[in-house]
Amino acid sequence: MGLPERKRTATEARLAGLTLPTGGWAEPARRDALSRVTAMGLPQRRDEYWKYTRPDSLLDPEPPRAALLEQGGELVFESMDRLKIVFVDGVFDPEASDALELEGVTIDRLADARDADIHWAKDFYGVLEARGQTPVERPFAAMNTAFATDGVIIHVTGKPSKPISLIYIHRSEHSDAILHHVVRVDRDAEATILENGPAAARFNKCMEIDIADGGILHHVRAQGRDHERRAVTHVFARLGRDSVFKSFTLSVNGVLTRNECVIELTGDDAIAHVAGACVGDGDFHHDDTVFVTHDAVNCESRQVFKKVLRNGATGVFQGKILVKEGAQKTDGYQISQSLLLDEDSQFLAKPELEIYADDVACSHGSTSGAIDEDALFYLRSRGVPHGTATDLLTLAFLAEAVQEVEDEALAKDIISRLENWLARRR
Amino acid sequence: MAALDQAPVKEGVDQETVDAVREVGGAYKYGWNTDIEMEYAPKGLTPDIVRLISEKNEEPQWMTDWRLAAYDRWLQKEEPKWAMVDYPDIDFQDQYYYARPKSMEVKPKSLDEVDPKLLATYEKLGIPLKEQMILAGVEGADSIPAEGRKVAVDAVFDSVSVGTTFQAELKKAGVIFCSISDAIREHPDLVRKYLGSVVPVSDNFYATLNSAVFSDGSFVYVPPGVRCPMELSTYFRINAENTGQFERTLIIADKGSYVSYLEGCTAPARDIAQLHAAVVEIIVEEDAEVKYSTVQNWYPGDENGKGGIYNFVTKRADCRGDRAKVMWTQVETGSAVTWKYPSCILRGDDSQGEFYSIAIANNYQQADTGTKMIHLGKNTKSRIVSKGISAGRAQNTYRGLVSMHPKARNGRNYTQCDSLLIGDKCGAHTVPYIEVRNNSARVEHEATTSKVDDDQLFYCRSRGMDEEEAVALVVNGFCKDVLQALPMEFAMEAQQLVAISLEGSVG
Repeated sequence: MGLPERKRTATEARLAGLTLPTGGWAEPARRDALSRVTAMGLPQRRDEYWKYTRPDSLLDPEPPRAALLEQGGELVFESMDRLKIVFVDGVFDPEASDALELEGVTIDRLADARDADIHWAKDFYGVLEARGQTPVERPFAAMNTAFATDGVIIHVTGKPSKPISLIYIHRSEHSDAILHHVVRVDRDAEATILENGPAAARFNKCMEIDIADGGILHHVRAQGRDHERRAVTHVFARLGRDSVFKSFTLSVNGVLTRNECVIELTGDDAIAHVAGACVGDGDFHHDDTVFVTHDAVNCESRQVFKKVLRNGATGVFQGKILVKEGAQKTDGYQISQSLLLDEDSQFLAKPELEIYADDVACSHGSTSGAIDEDALFYLRSRGVPHGTATDLLTLAFLAEAVQEVEDEALAKDIISRLENWLARRR
Repeated sequence: MAALDQAPVKEGVDQETVDAVREVGGAYKYGWNTDIEMEYAPKGLTPDIVRLISEKNEEPQWMTDWRLAAYDRWLQKEEPKWAMVDYPDIDFQDQYYYARPKSMEVKPKSLDEVDPKLLATYEKLGIPLKEQMILAGVEGADSIPAEGRKVAVDAVFDSVSVGTTFQAELKKAGVIFCSISDAIREHPDLVRKYLGSVVPVSDNFYATLNSAVFSDGSFVYVPPGVRCPMELSTYFRINAENTGQFERTLIIADKGSYVSYLEGCTAPARDIAQLHAAVVEIIVEEDAEVKYSTVQNWYPGDENGKGGIYNFVTKRADCRGDRAKVMWTQVETGSAVTWKYPSCILRGDDSQGEFYSIAIANNYQQADTGTKMIHLGKNTKSRIVSKGISAGRAQNTYRGLVSMHPKARNGRNYTQCDSLLIGDKCGAHTVPYIEVRNNSARVEHEATTSKVDDDQLFYCRSRGMDEEEAVALVVNGFCKDVLQALPMEFAMEAQQLVAISLEGSVG
């Protein structure tokens, strides 16, 4: 079946500027991904899955310009003891990074893949991304697998003593970066991965996470300080028996962000939590698209997304819980809420349930509205100034999402970022 | 009821007893057909068929042109495939688009002239058309005192309206209630002004098809300030084989008026699926209120998913004036495939829309249904309560849209959709779209999915109920919010339907 003319031309135009890295163990997977993306075509404005987010600027052959923001003040996670891996405009920077050595984990570069024909990641690279293409197509992820120029391949074998921190730095106003990471967590191993930074003017990132039985992975990410950048990111996670995956994303600004998270619970008793707090001001469009598949018994999934929007900012949430036949005793929860601080902002949501098993408890909720006048009045009657009261209520609103971050120091760091954001806008 | 139907009948037991037992057992009660001589238009859909339908209805030229324009648009449209329903491709050329009882060739002047066979059909369905026989109108309402409650009925049999009751009494109040074909002839100004103004000709594939080939349906006009003296109702019956029913309903509630409208439908049990594509348009002017209730009980197919009605319906109400109010209530128990989204456009300030729905899908039934609430005016309010029940191998989807436009200041929506699963082979899905484009609007959406509570079942069983009875009771409790919104006659019928539709789904 051929693609519609318009889609085919747009896809060809976007892919024309990219070169498929050749040689080494990743090449077959890259070629498969290329045929996937050419068969699907890249998203167009009228595609149902892109109903609320315009993919146009992600399709331009040339990335739109994004001004560099001066890096004033301390960056997020900076005070933490961590293993730093730095990418500048999508290229690994060995000078700025720590040595890629840490007990309980091995780390390789994807860019080195061309030097070897055999690597453990050969059986993982592009596999979860390919699985994640049904029932909904995610063409930018396939494009990423095909054309990613760099990234890290992390094998967690034990319990490393500190988090692995991926730092993305944006130096060129026209950079267009494609990064692909693979994370494999062995049986009963446990690790924390942090991500932060603007990365590039346009950023396409994909992370495939495979967690074996009993494995635990914490993923905390901060997207911010990069108002003009555009990003499309994917997380694909597959969870084995008794494993745990917890992912939290803080998003502050960004003219276009589309974060997709695709989780598959394949082992019994697994737990997956995805949460996000986002604050947007002005020319801001933020889209969280989550797809959780329950394919095992007695699993738990939670999706908690909170958005604070002002000055015409747009927040989008598309969440889905799919419970397959036989996935009994599923506990699925999903909440998406927005706080609209003024009348120009908007919230567009599509929280879905698709359930084929009867012994389940699944629920979702979605609300949208302004700050509660009664609560505001109460605080003011206690002598709290209007601005402080609004900030307090806004923080309280975001708290449910931030609570999903287990590490206290990390959670504190995130809250202070939110406080700063609010204070700057007072 | 599969087990009972297949059980060998002992010798000496006569057929009547077997039938009686089956009747008691529930299953689909309206699956018989009326053997009546029919007149068909040739199979297939061409401009000639469209002209023929128009001619049979003795329509003016503008109506014929309107239909032909719709036909042209239909040719360019594609069948929608986004709903979570799966059915074999429909061959639109292998259908009859017009079928009417031979006896209706010359339109009867009054109900006394109507073929007794047709009247008997409606009587058997529990819809007596002779006015002196009409007490409460709908079956199951025996306990209601006879005085006071009257329901005017427009009975549609395949492609034609058989007759409309209480027309004279309604006329006294100024209410026009007749078949749409009569309205096109007798009230062309009203029809021309409003037809297609809520559901445009090219709205969607099935609405466009309907615009081209609709053969009959009901027309209601309630003049300003009039409270319609009785409930109005249309009863649709598909009887002929391989025939699609395409009815069109147009309801206009002028300023400050009120009307409650009921719709019922059934069809014979046949192996081959049949098509039903209706359009309902409601115009609600300032301070007017319309209640529209449906008990949809088309033939759902047998327990192996054979046959049944494919029900593709477009229903929309437009609250044009301030403080207009519309309320959709639906009980969807029939049809093999349901594709139906009664919607409210809340254009006037302070207008209100409500949607209450129970959708029950058993065996191989598939239902994809929900609503749209489009908030355009200030202080508009909407409420959605949807209860989906799946049993057997059925798939039941709630699909809805709540949209708050920038000008819908202080808009308010509350949505609750709950799904109940009975058995591990069925599915329940929720696909809501929520679009909030101003901050003074408050939107809340809640959805849950669960199974029939074991504790509640155990409690009922310990009080001596059998399992099916217990499930029916629990399910009725689950649907309570919606059942309460139905007019009384319908509520009783609906309550029984809930029990019947779930027959055989336990164990």
